[in-house]
Amino acid sequence: MPTANETIERLTSQDYKYGFVTEIEEDSVAPGLNEDIIRLISHKKGEPEWLLDWRLKAYRNWQTMEEPKWSNVTYPPIDYDAVVYYSAPKQIAKRPGSLEEVDPKLLETYERLGIPLRERGALAGVAVDAVFDSVSVATTFKAQLAKLGVIFCSFSEAVRDHPDLVRKYLGSVVPYADNYFAGLNSAVFSDGSFCYVPKGVRCPMELSTYFRINAAQTGQFERTLIIADEGAYVSYLEGCTAPMRDRNQLHAAVVELIALDNAQIKYSTVQNWYPGDKEGRGGIYNFVTKRGKCAGVNSKISWTQVETGSAITWKYPSCILLGDNSIGEFYSVALTNNYQQADTGTKMIHIGRNTRSTIVSKGISAGHGQNTYRGLVQVAKKAEGARNYSQCDSMLIGDQCGAHTFPYIDVRNPSGQVEHEACTSKIGEDQIFYCNQRGISTEDAVSMIVNGFCKQVFRELPMEFAVEAQKLLTVSLEGSVG
Amino acid sequence: MTASPLTTPLVGKEQFLAEFERAESAFADNGRGWLQPIRREAIHRFAQMGFPTRRNEQWRHTNLAALESQAFRRAPDVSLNEEIVAFARSFLLAEPGALQIVFVNGNFAPELSSLAASDGVRVSPLAMAMLDEGELIRRHLARHARLDERPFVALNTAFLRDGAFVHIPKERRLDAPIHLLFVSTSAAEPFVTHPRNLLIADEGAEAKIVETYAGLSGAAYFTNATTELVVGPAANVEHYKLQFESPAAFHLATIQVRQERASRFASHTLSTGGLLARNDINVALAGEGCEGALHGLYLGAGKQHLDSHTLLEHASPRCSSREVYKGILDGESSAVFNGCIQVHPHAQKTDALQSNKCLLLSDAAAIHTQPQLKIYADDVKCTHGASVGRLDQSALHYLRSRGIAEAEARALMIYAFANEVIDGFRIDSLRERLGRRIVERFQRNGV
Repeated sequence: MPTANETIERLTSQDYKYGFVTEIEEDSVAPGLNEDIIRLISHKKGEPEWLLDWRLKAYRNWQTMEEPKWSNVTYPPIDYDAVVYYSAPKQIAKRPGSLEEVDPKLLETYERLGIPLRERGALAGVAVDAVFDSVSVATTFKAQLAKLGVIFCSFSEAVRDHPDLVRKYLGSVVPYADNYFAGLNSAVFSDGSFCYVPKGVRCPMELSTYFRINAAQTGQFERTLIIADEGAYVSYLEGCTAPMRDRNQLHAAVVELIALDNAQIKYSTVQNWYPGDKEGRGGIYNFVTKRGKCAGVNSKISWTQVETGSAITWKYPSCILLGDNSIGEFYSVALTNNYQQADTGTKMIHIGRNTRSTIVSKGISAGHGQNTYRGLVQVAKKAEGARNYSQCDSMLIGDQCGAHTFPYIDVRNPSGQVEHEACTSKIGEDQIFYCNQRGISTEDAVSMIVNGFCKQVFRELPMEFAVEAQKLLTVSLEGSVG
Repeated sequence: MTASPLTTPLVGKEQFLAEFERAESAFADNGRGWLQPIRREAIHRFAQMGFPTRRNEQWRHTNLAALESQAFRRAPDVSLNEEIVAFARSFLLAEPGALQIVFVNGNFAPELSSLAASDGVRVSPLAMAMLDEGELIRRHLARHARLDERPFVALNTAFLRDGAFVHIPKERRLDAPIHLLFVSTSAAEPFVTHPRNLLIADEGAEAKIVETYAGLSGAAYFTNATTELVVGPAANVEHYKLQFESPAAFHLATIQVRQERASRFASHTLSTGGLLARNDINVALAGEGCEGALHGLYLGAGKQHLDSHTLLEHASPRCSSREVYKGILDGESSAVFNGCIQVHPHAQKTDALQSNKCLLLSDAAAIHTQPQLKIYADDVKCTHGASVGRLDQSALHYLRSRGIAEAEARALMIYAFANEVIDGFRIDSLRERLGRRIVERFQRNGV
C-alpha cells in the first residue's frame, strides 16, 4: 500500500487537461500599448465616442500609476509593450447571426472543454456566453431570457444595444483610477459579459460566461457588468481555461456587480487557467479586480470562488455594503501547487446600518505553492450594528510550501461586531491512519479530508459546479500527497 | 550653529542628523572606540530611512507627522526636587530585595536606585558596565536589534549613551524582581531621551525584569527606547513593560528578544500613557524547544494613539508560543494591533496561538487590527483570532437587573475583560496596583 506521502505526491502531480491549442485564424493587432492601439480596438468594435474617451482617460491615468508591489507574490517585471491587446478569431470579426454560422472549430473547442454551446438538454438550465480571446463567440438562450426582460449578452452588444445602461454603470463600482490593473483593463478591455435583470425578476436559469485564452502572447482583458434591479435575483457562473504555453500570459479582468434595493446577486467562479508546468514555467498571471456594490437596502452579493489555476492569482472580490441591512458573502477555496502563488481574499466595506458580512476562506498549499489570504473588514463610523464573521483556514501539504494570513480589521463604530479566526495545519497522520484502519486507502482518505476541509465553500456553489469543483480539486492535487 | 531668526529651526530627521554631528565628538572621548563604527552605521541607516510615512506597511495607521514636525532638545539635567522624588517613588516596587535602577531624563539617579547586588547578579547603568564588562557587552550590544527597516532602533543606536545593564549568571534564580524605571520631567522645551537596555540571562538563570516608563503630567518629550534581551539556554525570564508616559509625550520602544534552546520567556505589556505610543516586541525563538508568551493590554482615552506590533519568529523546531493582546478604547483614541507569527521552513512541530480582542467604548474610538500568519513549514499548528465589539449588552442588562448601577456594572465588566492580562502578572505589588488603577480609571470616567 502506498504511504500517505506517496499518495499525496501522486495526487498533486496530475497534468492540466485543458492545455490544447485551437488552430484557428486569428485577427490580432500588433503587440504594444499606445493610444493608437486603443483607438484601433475601439474602432474594431465600432464603439461610440464617449467610450473611446473613457478608455483614453483611463490610459492616460494608468500611465501615471505604478505597478503595486505590496502583494506577497514574486514575478519578473511584465513588459506591457510585448502584450497583444486584441486578438479575435477571423470569422468572428463579423459576428455570426446564429450558432449555425459559428466556425465548427470553435464549437468543437468548447465541446472539448465540456461546454456545449448548442442549446440542448444536458445544460438546459444554464445560459452561456462564450468568450474566446478578445471576443464573445456566442450567447445561448438569449431569446428565452429576453421574454422576461433579462438582458444577457456580450459587452460589445450591450454597448451597441443598451448604451444608456452601460454608460450609467460602467466604472461606477471599479473606477478606472481604482488600481493599476483595473486602469489597464479600462483602457484596453475587449469584451466580456453584460447582464441586466429588471425589477422583480428572478432569473430562471444560471447565467454563465466561459473564458478561453487561445492565442499566444495575448492578454485577456474582459469586463463584466451585472446589474440586478430592485427585487431581482441572478446567479452567475464564470469558468476559465487556457492552453499550455511556456510564456506567461496576462489576464486582467474587471467585474462590477450592482445590486439595487432588495436585489440579490450570486457570483461563482471556477478559475482553472493554465497554472504553469512543474518547474513553474509559463502559466497565466491572473490579476483581477472584482467588486460588488450593495447599493440598495436589503440587497445581497455573494462571491464564491474556487481558484485552482493560474501561475499567480491576485484578486480580492469585494463588497461595498452601502445599503442598510445589506449582506456581503465571500466563500473561497484557493489551491496552490508546484510553483503557483496566490494572494487572494476579500474586502468587506460596511457603510450602511445593520450590514452583515461572512468570509470563509480555505487555502491549500502543496509542492512549492505559496498561498496568501489577505482581507479587509472595515466598519465605517455610520455603520451602526455592523456584523462580520471571518474564518480563514489553511492546509499545508508538503514541507516546501507556505501559507500566510493577513487580515486587516478597521472598526470605527463601537456597535460593530467583528470576529476573525484562522488556523493553519497539515493533514494529520492520525486522521489518515484512522481512515486506513477502516479500510479506506490513503488516496481516498486524503481526497476525503481535503474535500471535507472545503465543504463549507463547495456547498455554496450551484450543483453542476460543485461536482466540477470537487473533481478539479482532486485533479489539481494529484501527485502532491506526499 | 546659531539659528538666526530668519531660518526655521531644524526638525525631524534633519535635526537628528545635525545633532549627531554635534554629539559625535563627545561620544568619541569615552574610550569605547568599538561603539563608534556601530553608531555611524546606525545614523547612516537612519539617514537612509528617515521617519517612516504611512506608505510604509509597518506604519500604515500610525501618523508620525506631529513627532516629525517638532524639534527635540537634549534632555535637561535636573536636580531631584521633592516632586520628582515622590513621583518616582510612587512607581517603585514594594517587593523586599527588589533591585531597582532609576533614570531621570535618561540620567542615572543613584539616590533613587537600590542596587545591592549579590552572587554575581549585576544591575547597573550600561555606561558604567561598559568599563568592566566590556567583552560581554560587546558580544551582545547592538547585535540583536536589527537596524534595517527599524528607523527608531537605528536612531537609538546612533545616540546610544546609557540605559540599564542586567546580567544574571548561570543557574542563578532570582525571586525578587529587577526594576528599571525611566522618569521624565517637564522642561521648558520638548526633549528626547534614547534609553538603551541590555538584559542577559545566562544558562538556567531565572528572573523577573520590569521596565517602567513614566512622565510627570504635562511634560512634552520623546522617549525612544530600545531593549535587547538574551534568554540563555533553559533560562526563564519574565519581562514586564509598563508605560505611563505623560499625556503629551511620544513613546516609541522596541524590545528585541533572543531565546536560546529550551528557554522560557514571557512578556507582559501595559500601555496606557502618552499621546502617541508604539511598542515593537520582536521575539526570535532561535533554539529548539522554546516557549514564548506575549501578553498585552492597551488602554486608550482622549486623543491617544496606541500602537502594538509584535513579531514571533519561530526559527527552530518544536517551539510553542502563546499571545493574548487586549485593548480598551474610549474617547477619540485609536489603536493598532499588528501581530505576526512567522514560521521558518525548518521550524517543524511549531505550535502557535494568537488572539487579539478589543473593546470599543465610544463612538469616536477606532481600532485597526492585523493578526498575521506567515508559515513556511508544514507540520505546524498555528491559529489566530481577532474580535472587536462593545460591552455585551445582555450581560450589562443582567447586572443592572440585579440592582447594580450602570456605571458600576460597566466598570465591573471592563475590569473583568482586562483582568485576563493583569492576572498573569506574577509580581504581587504590581498586580494589585494595576488592578486598582484600572478600576479607578473606569469608575472615575463613569463610562
